[in-house]
Amino acid sequence: MKTINILLSGVGGQGVILASKILSEAALLQGLDIKQSEVHGMSQRGGSVVSHVRIGDVVHSPLVPEGQCDLLAGFEPLEALRFAHQVKPEGFLVYSTDRINPSTVSAGLAEYPADLEARLGAFPCTKTAVPAGELAERAGNRRAANVVLVGALADRLGFPDEVWQRALEASVPAKVLRLNQEAFRLGREAGG
Amino acid sequence: MTKEILSGNEAIARGAWEAGVTYAAAYPGTPSTEILESLGKDYRDIYSQWSPNEKVALETAVGASLAGARALACMKHVGVNVAADPLFTAIYTGVNGGLVLVTADDPNLHSSQNEQDNRNYAKFAKLPLIEPSDSQEAKDFLKAAFDLSEQFDTPVLFRTTTRVNHSKSVVELGERVERPKPQGIARDTKKYTMLPGFARPKHPKIEERLQRIKEYGVESPLNRVEMGDTRVGIVTSGISYQYAKEALPGASFLKLGLTYPLPEALVRDFAQHVDQVIVVEELDPFLEEQIRLLGIEVAHGKDLFPIVGELEPSVVAQELTGAAANMLAAAEGLPIRPPVLCPGCSHRGVFTVLRKLKVFVSGDIGCYTLGALPPLEAMHACLCMGGSIPMAHGISKVVADSGDLKDRVVAVIGDSTFFHSGVTGLIDLIWNGGTSVVIIQDNRITGMTGGQENPGTGHTLSGGESPQIDMERLVLALGVKPANVRVVSAYDLKEVEAVLREELGKPEPSVVITKDPCVLQYKVKKPALTVDPEVCTACKQCLRVGCIALSLEGEGDAAHAVIDPNFCVGCTVCAQVCKFDAIGAPKGAA
Repeated sequence: MKTINILLSGVGGQGVILASKILSEAALLQGLDIKQSEVHGMSQRGGSVVSHVRIGDVVHSPLVPEGQCDLLAGFEPLEALRFAHQVKPEGFLVYSTDRINPSTVSAGLAEYPADLEARLGAFPCTKTAVPAGELAERAGNRRAANVVLVGALADRLGFPDEVWQRALEASVPAKVLRLNQEAFRLGREAGG
Repeated sequence: MTKEILSGNEAIARGAWEAGVTYAAAYPGTPSTEILESLGKDYRDIYSQWSPNEKVALETAVGASLAGARALACMKHVGVNVAADPLFTAIYTGVNGGLVLVTADDPNLHSSQNEQDNRNYAKFAKLPLIEPSDSQEAKDFLKAAFDLSEQFDTPVLFRTTTRVNHSKSVVELGERVERPKPQGIARDTKKYTMLPGFARPKHPKIEERLQRIKEYGVESPLNRVEMGDTRVGIVTSGISYQYAKEALPGASFLKLGLTYPLPEALVRDFAQHVDQVIVVEELDPFLEEQIRLLGIEVAHGKDLFPIVGELEPSVVAQELTGAAANMLAAAEGLPIRPPVLCPGCSHRGVFTVLRKLKVFVSGDIGCYTLGALPPLEAMHACLCMGGSIPMAHGISKVVADSGDLKDRVVAVIGDSTFFHSGVTGLIDLIWNGGTSVVIIQDNRITGMTGGQENPGTGHTLSGGESPQIDMERLVLALGVKPANVRVVSAYDLKEVEAVLREELGKPEPSVVITKDPCVLQYKVKKPALTVDPEVCTACKQCLRVGCIALSLEGEGDAAHAVIDPNFCVGCTVCAQVCKFDAIGAPKGAA
């Protein structure tokens, strides 16, 4: 199969890494090759984070080449816009509508883009907005918004449901498995 | 065969376990930290420890190796600078059990103070260099590194980069090969004692050893030739191989895993079988220069691929194939989202006061280095681990004291960095009649790298109990006068300011210690504060403390600050800078 390039962009602390793990585990269960890369360290501290997940028969580079992203999950609207140009015209972008002000905005040094939705709309790929925090809350915990977004990507990968269930089991602690299964299901519905 | 998805760092830990390593030591540093974290958590049959710094970590590993154990030391690239002294002479002593030093370089400075290519250390220190290009190789090559170390009686440098350390890929796991336990320590003074008379005869042996390893590299499976289209022959190593292979999968490759000493005969043979040699490597022209020195023509190298920063797959593809990436324009003018001090961080109050005092702040390496960024902007220098105090001393010695606070210097350093190498700077300052004020922000954790134990936390890497260094007694013992050792709460801005003003007025060394724990690692959370919109004048003073829980809402006269209860941990620093008492506990709260 052709390599699928996925980017997950968000803010340090949102669970981008766990979301990447679920995607990677699912691909491993499908018998595919995986490379996943993110940078942690300083960026943990509330900065922008982006994780690259590449899935295919043989994957060499752990980084998605510029402009070659098939699926982008934006964990925050501004972070979706920051990476929207990486998505191919035939690609898919799902993003959480929950805003988190960057420190530069909080401190009054910059403004959060007012026309964000319109600017996202100008990119040619297919786009879906998801109230990830609200759906996660409905599943039992707002912090599961990351799993909602994985659910929203799931159908684009064409893996059987059983694979996703096993990937969730392999990635989240047993005591919060039910909650995350529900978050995944709600995300999958919302992803369209 | 069991397959798992492992990061490069987890794979190195696994490789150490499979190789029968019984001793590992490190000081945390991005991107190397997770190697020892994984050993401490997943492979408890290996003795592993955090050391106070990289020099100590390597020295302990040299000791373990001389006693016959396979020993591993891990650090980030700048950590090797700290450990360079033992490294350059461990080449002379050689090993008994295999000794491998992992250097995790950080091209693009994702989380570092400089960008250095530590492959150069191999040439400088005269030791073999191994470079893996993914997690499978990280594990397998580490095992090979231990074999090489023992076969040639030399430490081995194992060099990774952020994209190898922090990338995950599928790894086929192997089993551990146990090795005989060391029985006693042999007396071999000539081998272990580097007096001139014992060291001098070793140097020619080191040169001869490098020649033998050069031969070894020709046949070693660490290096491999992948012949394809012979019009282009790519010589590459590490992560660069992955980018080049993806760009030109059909070309011929000389993929080097053992990159120093360069396997000369192998390179010559490869060059003869291809029309042109292209060297693809990140940072310095380390391979390219060696290949050119052999008299082999290199068609392209650093003329195409930048010497600065990380290689990007699209740039590599464009240079190798000539096909430009089809790119959309990025959204412009977006607000940046830099890393910030956490809401409630104990460093924030101290920097708020330092900004007000307008003193020169000589900083150090840790989360608190973020105090240099807007809106705090209360750090004016930061060089290296432990550099804050000596630099403050040097500045103070030459800047005439005008009596104005702007000519006074305050050093700011965290607990882990102080134990790492700050303490010697303080000894210097006290010994030589320094007058700077030193603030030790003791939050009882190594914070920036994700929360590791240090000699002040009372625990070791494996979770065992240990004595906690008593910071006050330590600085008293170094010779700071008892009246000049002050312990303050980082959350009491008035107290911090009063104490700093007092200590800055003294013509002798002072140490101000904060003891408030890291809110992130110790999960400190008090009820969130609220802003009374009727009282708030939107003067933005609170926003200047740089906390992401705070922002401004509303327009014109209706504008006022708001606090996001999901982020606020109730530290009260913003409430203390508010001149209108608009910020406080939510109504109805105690």
